[in-house]
Amino acid sequence: MTNLSLDPPISIVRGQPQPGAPDNWRRFFTFSTDHKVIGVQYIVTAFVFFLIGGILSMIMRGELITPEADLVDRTVYNALFTMHGSIMLFMWTFPVLVGLGNYLVPLMIGARDMAFPRLNAVSFWMIPVVGILMLASFLVPGGPSQSGWWAYPPVSLQNPTGNLINGQVLWILAVAISGVSSILGAVNFVTTIFRMRAPGMTWFRTPAFVWAVLAAQLIQLYGLPALTGGAVMLLLDLTLGTSFFAPERGGNPILYQHFFWFYSHPAVYVMVLPVFGIYSEILPVHARKPLFGYRVIAASSLLITVISAFVWVHHMFASATPGWMRMFFMVTTMLVAVPSGIKVFGWVATIWGGKIRFTTPMLFALGGISNWVFAGITGIFLGSVPIDIHVNNTYFVVGHFHYVLYGAIVMGIYAGIYHWFPKMTGRMYYEGLGKLHFALTYIGTALTFLPMHPAGLMGMPRRVASYDLEFAYWNVIASIGGFLLGLSTLPFLLNMVSSWIRGERVGNNPWRAYGLEWLTASPPSVENYEETPIVISGPYGYGGNKPLVEHAPNPDLTDFPESFTPQEQAS
Amino acid sequence: MTVERVIAQDIEASVREHQEHDAAGNSKFGFIVFLLSESVIFLSFFTGYIIYKTTTPDWYPLGVTGLETREPLINTMVLISSSFVIYVAERYLHDRKLWGFRLFLLATMIMGSYFLWGQAVEWRGLPFTHQSGLFGGTFYLLTGFHGLHVLTGVLLQLIMLVRSLIPGNYDNGYFGVEATSLFWHFVDVIWIVLYTLIYVWQ
Repeated sequence: MTNLSLDPPISIVRGQPQPGAPDNWRRFFTFSTDHKVIGVQYIVTAFVFFLIGGILSMIMRGELITPEADLVDRTVYNALFTMHGSIMLFMWTFPVLVGLGNYLVPLMIGARDMAFPRLNAVSFWMIPVVGILMLASFLVPGGPSQSGWWAYPPVSLQNPTGNLINGQVLWILAVAISGVSSILGAVNFVTTIFRMRAPGMTWFRTPAFVWAVLAAQLIQLYGLPALTGGAVMLLLDLTLGTSFFAPERGGNPILYQHFFWFYSHPAVYVMVLPVFGIYSEILPVHARKPLFGYRVIAASSLLITVISAFVWVHHMFASATPGWMRMFFMVTTMLVAVPSGIKVFGWVATIWGGKIRFTTPMLFALGGISNWVFAGITGIFLGSVPIDIHVNNTYFVVGHFHYVLYGAIVMGIYAGIYHWFPKMTGRMYYEGLGKLHFALTYIGTALTFLPMHPAGLMGMPRRVASYDLEFAYWNVIASIGGFLLGLSTLPFLLNMVSSWIRGERVGNNPWRAYGLEWLTASPPSVENYEETPIVISGPYGYGGNKPLVEHAPNPDLTDFPESFTPQEQAS
Repeated sequence: MTVERVIAQDIEASVREHQEHDAAGNSKFGFIVFLLSESVIFLSFFTGYIIYKTTTPDWYPLGVTGLETREPLINTMVLISSSFVIYVAERYLHDRKLWGFRLFLLATMIMGSYFLWGQAVEWRGLPFTHQSGLFGGTFYLLTGFHGLHVLTGVLLQLIMLVRSLIPGNYDNGYFGVEATSLFWHFVDVIWIVLYTLIYVWQ
């Protein structure tokens, strides 16, 4: 037993952080390869761009509070909605969810880091570059792209200034770099989830969030290259004078729409699937019940991955699409609602009869799910050809997808940030501020985006700086809601900053949650686990008495719940 | 410090060793995933080409009747054979025969460069440009994008060749060489589809 003198043989931290790397807040400003640092970097950077995109949207709502185009010039308005959409999607929703995935996936599967830590850091550091390119387009002559976030030709091929460096070119470059970053990230996630799950963690012992991230990243892998291909062709048309999408030179602009939506519709699922995962993680914890139909919820994520590849033409029902195509894609669009419905059913059944604690993350999750149901129903409206032809390019569409993106996705992101805030910092947020934030966000969402539906049904077109007097009533309400949403970020910011600095220290597992990520310190040390956890049962063991792992992965930490040793079972 | 703790740490040490051994496997898995994703770009270009070609009324610009296939066929043969040559190089490395590896890798590079040179000569002699309608645009897009991949492959091979001169570089595995070789096979397969679409289907 000479081994007994080995003390402590495993404490040598290998790999990272590099020798000399700072251990305090400064590490967030370094080229760190620690997935937790990168996760926080993603989340914070993305939130900064969320605020920028939000300011752009408030200028637009300020413009729309009166029927005349009086606050900004029409071309400025075009640039505003283009940059608002592009920043919110490419700089906020994608990166923040990649950040949450980055932070949580390795912890949830019992890995020490992502499969390719350096690649991970490279993917992150492309994001500021993308942001700078996007914002720089405000400074070039002619201003930013004005062709909307989808950059349809021939509008996107106009190039009124005639310069080689114009807003549209910068936009394409930014999207291309963001695409490279996403592809590298997707390769990293898929490899990590396939090959680095802890011993004993079979597929049906893997948390629903990890399933959802896998499903989302698989979409990136098959979808994003199509958009990249289309973007390359658009860039060549714009700079070298080829004729792929230019109708006056014999090109086919509809083909661009196919390339664009082949990725950009599934991209909605890239954004919403991780949020589904967040809901699936939060509801069991705060309702103290196992996730209802866990296996079905997990598998339905992959079903969405497959079906969402065959629905894209529903964005193009009004683009001279042949009848058989309309019929086919209408049916597939209806079909993709099935796995989403399965999930909603599972969530409702999870909280049914549960011991619900109305904490801030739970409120955001419940609010987000209710918004998602509403958005799903208007989505079915839009998926049926006759209604879509009627409301195509009206505010009904704008209201629908903002209910998806703000109502369901942003609320879900907030839920996730609040829920895992004690994990990331070891401190608790202020519940009162959190509830205030929820109330402002929920009311603001309804005030802003509900009025867009009646305005759209009445026929108000989207992407206009001025409108008929009859739409004024709904627009005033929407604008008030928009400013309320802007206001709602203030308690959140205050809450996050002050509780990170001086919030109450609440130990390693304040929610008494099951799950590998709660079996390590808060915040977790550099390589997450002292010993590799060996998983012996499925997730969400609430109310049961099966331990999750064979032994505590961090033997020195004792404040864990019932979940790791057979001797300390729950009563 | 209990006995159990020490035993657990022993297990831990072996698990970690296993994980580090797995790192090369991860890289290979990740690289294959990347190549699959990359192939979708080509797939979308090919789909675009097929749609353009089947729907455009006047496919060839004025004065063009088709593409010369003889030189491109020689080029194709060279590129396809180079896939076998790099395979031989990889086998030599597997058997720890560095000189054989270097020789056959160099041969692959020469064949790849010959392909690029042949492509350049063909481009220079063509009577149309990338602005000559959809035919010109798609021709230069497809061959150019593939050519960039060939160039990347040759550069990767150059790096692998230089690294073989560092003593002991490939003693503990040679994922880089495997990836380069895989990439080369990928570029090859893409070319076969491309050749069929552009030169055979006229």
